[in-house]
Amino acid sequence: MAEVIIKNIVKTYTNASVLALNNVSLTIASGELFGLIGPDGAGKTTLFRILATLLIPDSGSAKVSGFDTIKDYQAIRKIVGYMPGKFSLYQDLTVEENLNFFATVFNTSLEKNQYLIDEIYSQIAPFKKRLAGKLSGGMKQKLALCCALIHEPRILLLDEPTTGVDPVSRKEFWDMLDRLKNRGITIIVSTPYMDEASRCDRIALIQKGKILEVETLENIKLKHNNPLFAVQSPNRHTLIAEIRSFKNTKSCFAFGETNHVSFVNGIDDFELLKEYLKEKGLTDIVSSQIAPGIEDIFIQLILENEAINA
Amino acid sequence: MPEPVIVANLLTKKFGDFVAVDAITFKIDAGEIFGFLGANGAGKTTAMKILCGLLSPSSGQASVAGFDVYKQNEEIKKHIGYMSQKFSLYENLTVKENIRFFGGIYGIRRKELYEKTDDLIFRLGLEKESNKLVRTLPLGWKQKIAFSVAILHEPKVVFLDEPTGGVDPITRRQFWDMIYEAASRGITIFVTTHYMDEAEYCDRVSIMVDGAIVALDKPSEMKRKFEGKDMDAVFLQLARNAKRSD
Repeated sequence: MAEVIIKNIVKTYTNASVLALNNVSLTIASGELFGLIGPDGAGKTTLFRILATLLIPDSGSAKVSGFDTIKDYQAIRKIVGYMPGKFSLYQDLTVEENLNFFATVFNTSLEKNQYLIDEIYSQIAPFKKRLAGKLSGGMKQKLALCCALIHEPRILLLDEPTTGVDPVSRKEFWDMLDRLKNRGITIIVSTPYMDEASRCDRIALIQKGKILEVETLENIKLKHNNPLFAVQSPNRHTLIAEIRSFKNTKSCFAFGETNHVSFVNGIDDFELLKEYLKEKGLTDIVSSQIAPGIEDIFIQLILENEAINA
Repeated sequence: MPEPVIVANLLTKKFGDFVAVDAITFKIDAGEIFGFLGANGAGKTTAMKILCGLLSPSSGQASVAGFDVYKQNEEIKKHIGYMSQKFSLYENLTVKENIRFFGGIYGIRRKELYEKTDDLIFRLGLEKESNKLVRTLPLGWKQKIAFSVAILHEPKVVFLDEPTGGVDPITRRQFWDMIYEAASRGITIFVTTHYMDEAEYCDRVSIMVDGAIVALDKPSEMKRKFEGKDMDAVFLQLARNAKRSD
């Protein structure tokens, strides 16, 4: 069953001069862990705010659990848990007071739904008398998630919950989302970290208000399996410059210690490049063909999208 | 041998009983790109504040660009650049105003500053945007301008605190091209990041856990030593057992 249906949504800001969402359509299934992946300014927050009934689109429509985001906004607010990207709890209330406040607003109590938040709340419980404004970043994030869960929502909207969070805590956060998903909650989560795509059932790659792709990670990889090559050398700065100066190089981007290169004519150009680099005096070159990862594919889609717009 | 640009020797900062920074030691050379990694709450920000001359240590020694962190912290501030994702440019000033404002603060003389401003706007290809308010620009551009402004006065060292957070993968790499370019001119780069692929763009990295530096090496050496396929694996291995988190 479809839990969220978004149809042809357009949203502009400042007298239509900024196109935040450019004809976005998406269907998200019940119980799905859905990732919205894209950089700052892609339109992720705008989409969340429309689904949370906090913003009205210029055109198009969105339905959440069968309710229309404009007509039935009151019904949606009862079943959606929203965690904004910017910390939005009451800074001058304590941890406990914030939780009680949100529980009361939703006509429930901390005791009644404690089972849902127990795992997360136990980590911040030692600080329950502390003002929310005095919490560290990681603890604020956990409290915000507790407050978004306190009314047993059917759907959880999480706007960049892991931005600025270190790799260890990010992994823990996603483990937590897995467990919430197992309880049947539909989760839509946005992130600028490409590697988190592997934690989602399906992902949408979004940039400049446009959805570039919606698929499972496996299918995205199958669909965009263009020949790609990793080229590495100790003299990395010269190497990048020389690869880019090679006439048949389509793109070359650094990936950790190595560089990922695509060519006009795939493997034939790869052989030519190796000769070319030797002529240029580069030594100890290690190179091989590789399967594109999600970040390679996203870069490729951005470049194609920009070529269309240009 | 040139003198190292940043030296820390058993540098320690305590807040009451809490040891935020626990006897960290390292030397960083001119033009080196040094990645300063660690989990949230590991003590990175505190250590960076000391090195920027904003906080006095409890014990140990450190010097930046030849100036002592205890006695010459005002001199340190003049000889470094700083940029973070949270604070970089004034949103309500134009691109040009921001460049002139920060250049002025760093004591660049008017005539030179005007030339540098025009030059920078040209190099960044922002001629059309130079009179636009910074808040109307995409984040990626802001970050590039902020970095250029931070090194406008040709400091010995620039501190970058998560400079690429939230930026798209292409812009993130263009940003690193700028870092390389600055390093090749001899500017020392001290950078924190949560993107582990970026850790591999550094000449050396340190990993901080619970206030102490538990590993410091070239990324390739670190991967070999800790048998990780990438820096993400190395980081998870070292930081997983941290007692502190925020």
